[in-house]
Amino acid sequence: MASARCAGLARGICFQPGTFSNHFSLRPFLCLIPCITHTAFLPYSHNGAPKAFATFQKRLFHNLSKEKFLKICQAQVLTRDGAAQPTEVTAEAVEKYEAVIGIETHVQLGTATKAFCSCHSQYGSEANANVCPVCMGLPGALPVLNEKVVEYAVKLGLGLHSDISLRSKFDRKQYFYPDLPKGYQISQFDIPICRGGYVEVDLPVEFGGGHRRFGITRVHMEEDAGKLVHAGGDGLSGSLYSQVDLNRAGVPLLEVVSEPDMRNGLEAAEYAAELQRIVRYLGISNGNMQEGSLRCDVNVSVRPKGQDKFGTKVEIKNMNSFSAMQRAIEYEVSRQVCLHEEGFESKIVQETRLWEEGSQRTITMRSKEGLADYRFFPEPDLPEVSITQAYVDSLLEDLPELPNTKRRRYESLGLIMQDVLVLANDSDVAAFLDAVLDKGADLKLTANWIMGDIAAYLKSEKTSISDVKLTPATLAELISLIKDGTISGKIGKEILPELLRKGGSVKEVVEAKGLSQISDPALIEGIIKQVLSSNPKQVEQYRGGKTKLQGFFVGQVMKATGGRVNPTVMNEILLRKLTA
Amino acid sequence: MFPHLRLSGSLPCLAAMPSIAPAMPTPSHLRFFLTSACPPHPFLSFGKSFFVRYCTRIGYTKPYQDQDPKQCPIPSKMQMESSFGGIVCKSRGCQTLCQPPGANVQQRPVSEICRIRDDVLQRKKSAVQITEDYLSRLHETEPHVKSFLYVSEKALEEAAELDRKLGNNEEVGPLAGVPIAVKDNLCTHDMPSTGGSRILEGYRPPYDATAVRKLREAGAVLLGKTNLDEFGMGSSTEGSAFQVTSNPWDLSRVPGGSSGGSAAAVAARQCAAALGTDTGGSIRQPASFCGVVGLKPTYGRVSRFGLMAYASSLDVIGCLASSVLDTAILLSVMAGEDKSDATSSKKDVPTYAASLLPLNLASSKPFEGLKFGIILETIGEGVNDGVLSLIRDAALHIEALGATVTEVSLPTFSKGLPAYYVLAPAEASSNLARYDGVRFGFRADGDELVSMYGQSRGQGFGLEVKRRILMGTYALSAGYYEAFYRRSQQVRTLIQKDFRTALEENDVLLSPVAPTAAFKIGSTFIRIHGSPSLGESDW
Repeated sequence: MASARCAGLARGICFQPGTFSNHFSLRPFLCLIPCITHTAFLPYSHNGAPKAFATFQKRLFHNLSKEKFLKICQAQVLTRDGAAQPTEVTAEAVEKYEAVIGIETHVQLGTATKAFCSCHSQYGSEANANVCPVCMGLPGALPVLNEKVVEYAVKLGLGLHSDISLRSKFDRKQYFYPDLPKGYQISQFDIPICRGGYVEVDLPVEFGGGHRRFGITRVHMEEDAGKLVHAGGDGLSGSLYSQVDLNRAGVPLLEVVSEPDMRNGLEAAEYAAELQRIVRYLGISNGNMQEGSLRCDVNVSVRPKGQDKFGTKVEIKNMNSFSAMQRAIEYEVSRQVCLHEEGFESKIVQETRLWEEGSQRTITMRSKEGLADYRFFPEPDLPEVSITQAYVDSLLEDLPELPNTKRRRYESLGLIMQDVLVLANDSDVAAFLDAVLDKGADLKLTANWIMGDIAAYLKSEKTSISDVKLTPATLAELISLIKDGTISGKIGKEILPELLRKGGSVKEVVEAKGLSQISDPALIEGIIKQVLSSNPKQVEQYRGGKTKLQGFFVGQVMKATGGRVNPTVMNEILLRKLTA
Repeated sequence: MFPHLRLSGSLPCLAAMPSIAPAMPTPSHLRFFLTSACPPHPFLSFGKSFFVRYCTRIGYTKPYQDQDPKQCPIPSKMQMESSFGGIVCKSRGCQTLCQPPGANVQQRPVSEICRIRDDVLQRKKSAVQITEDYLSRLHETEPHVKSFLYVSEKALEEAAELDRKLGNNEEVGPLAGVPIAVKDNLCTHDMPSTGGSRILEGYRPPYDATAVRKLREAGAVLLGKTNLDEFGMGSSTEGSAFQVTSNPWDLSRVPGGSSGGSAAAVAARQCAAALGTDTGGSIRQPASFCGVVGLKPTYGRVSRFGLMAYASSLDVIGCLASSVLDTAILLSVMAGEDKSDATSSKKDVPTYAASLLPLNLASSKPFEGLKFGIILETIGEGVNDGVLSLIRDAALHIEALGATVTEVSLPTFSKGLPAYYVLAPAEASSNLARYDGVRFGFRADGDELVSMYGQSRGQGFGLEVKRRILMGTYALSAGYYEAFYRRSQQVRTLIQKDFRTALEENDVLLSPVAPTAAFKIGSTFIRIHGSPSLGESDW
């Protein structure tokens, strides 16, 4: 990553501090800022002691005094002191405690342009390619709300069963950081666009299953910040300077705040997964965790069972998959239980911790010394957001069937929960299934095809159901041709890859390859006669009581027809001929 | 005989009117009267709906009174003093703006813009000649007045391009060849825009403010960028990081502020007109101090896009010129909805100048039936006696023209200033957060990020700006927000209600623009360790 940015340096688009931008060039630009002295970026070794001071002081902090440096480092390791390794916590001890988990999720919306300007909002462009005076926070630039953001917010609110505020407003959340161009983030403070609501989750069967309902506190609209690229060294801790990429600045986000309703890592991960499904079903975000389109900050606290008061909460960031989320929470709960058990609950401080995928643990990012004061006040550059009930109703009318409703429907149609969860997981798969069912295909057969051969193909070819050539109508045709005996199930499986790859109708493929099933009784009878007459010895044995030989005759008939014979018809005739 | 007339929206804090909805019917009975029967100063009359909806304020005063013109280093040949004869046009469209059908050629309108337009369209003078005239006067007077922070190098080129278009009989805009100066807190893509601040020294924006763009499209020739109090915070232009501007009528006095550079430039005829901005009186007060017409339109009438925000809910772009007609023409050009400013009004823009009645059509009592109210709270204690007597004279004069003049009390009036002093700095503390040394402008070296921020802002901002950022930050802080910011917003609503009531009963409200005339440079300006800070008369 750093090297890509350094190419910018070579092209002369970076400016030395102090000389930057007296003659402003709009793009591409990368600004150099001094290294961020964020505790998160401090060198940190896991046995508790900071790495050699001299090296890092020189590289990172230039003129920072040794005392100040050590103080920062101590502050960081403090919370780990006295905490035994969580692995030492017994299952018994864990039983005595209850974890309380709430999640704040940032959903990056898939609008074509940013929230307050007309820059493209797509991911993965060259640094600072999608910027303008508004999202760079240049003097005099003003935000203008992208209506699509409101539409998506209302859609999500409806999907979460929230109350939609017909009148809401924007506020400024103020803090200084180089990735925040204006020095404030346009967000919503006291009047969010959606309030209340809930998410319904079916836990995986292999983990015991069960249905849960987790409350939603609020959903509000806000803009994303830019991205810092730490350069001039390897990784965060070694970087000499940071560069700012503002492509992401101003990209619309919805922040979804849950009630503290989750009690373990699995529930939390399933809540997040359901939220991902909902935004994907609604088509408002790609929900991709790796790209950061869905970012979860998890608040975890632990309290002795039976206690009403919440324990001190710790925020965990930096998890880029649901399983990482689950593991991070499990680690953090163990850590806190451990501190409780050893009488160190005072060492649980309100702080932000980072999940480290490499070491599978959470580490202190920053301690909150009191609450940060963001000095929220109403954004004077934007009029209040006013929508009508008719507008909300029209969006509600167009709302697609959402995952939970879909699961309930599949369940009521007789699918087992395990299959329901697989099929309803992906909106494209579910839509495909529904389209096949619309053509009159049998539910269970369709489900088996999709979860079996089609899923296997998608996995091995690393593609998705929306990219294959197989249409729902073709799958329905395939299923019905097997059902009416035109082709055998075996042939069906054989031609499926071609259908997925090239498309076309089943009949055409079958005819072109001469694969259609032989169901004509007269034809079959002729073949059987021939088989029986060429194997008189076995016929005699069969008639003598060795009925197991029926399988032998079936095999011979299959061999003679290349497997195309209709098994039902064949068996019937074969039995008749043998017993005749 | 010539009263020091100040027609205006009174004390600047009143500009702190909360968003009086920018919803406006066509001001059918909007009239600008200039009468020949009376001394040469403009009288303004606003239809009720116009004033209520727009709360437009015009600051105008005769030049500094006590000054002996002979001692004034600037030759006092101001257009408005020379020919104030007839007036004006009623027809629509700028082509005919200066020559209404049947208008007496002798009764020339008092309008520098119309004069220039006449010259250009009738080929009496080329745009280049006009620009050269103004530039030479600019260079002659600038060493005394110091109103410009930057003089355009491309003005003559722009004028030549206009001449080429005129030569080809191409369409030119209503401001063809009119040399206009722009306050330096408005972004211009081809000239530095500093907002009068060290932190933006040499900064060149990549785009034009909407108001500036509209002027260019109308054919105006931009002469340069005028001085101001840093980011508009001040009322003497002494708060500029770069230079102190003098009042052209008395170089020892301030031009007012924060649009002091624009006011002084118009008064010294360095330009035909100038753009200013007004947050708490920053157009009206310097217009008064420099004896020019200043127009502060209603919030939302002119797009703020490209105006370096001081207090977003109060900032307004307006203009300063040598006649009411010129401000009307400029407003018509600048006003209107802008997709880039969500707070701009969607209402149609009338041709304001077209509503000006020709003088020969006006009766001897043109104000017959109009109700004027003098805001009682603005003519009480603390207002200079000279100012008071002028206001009284003006009231008498207005009565002589047929109007009724009564005193109107606005009980919440005195709360305006304290409310302004909470709300404006609160918004400023937020708006000025973007000057952090990261992306543009001045950056000081720092060991690490926080010290880079601190050093850049500490060295880049002037004392008054820092003071307001501190005040605003305090007012928005947890635990103080309710007591300061929210309370001030409530006060703002009360003031709004009072004004609505007063304007339901009156067609026009009168008040002094400022409690005094222009004061001496340095008289209210306290210097601490060599750094300028504004004193008590600052707003």
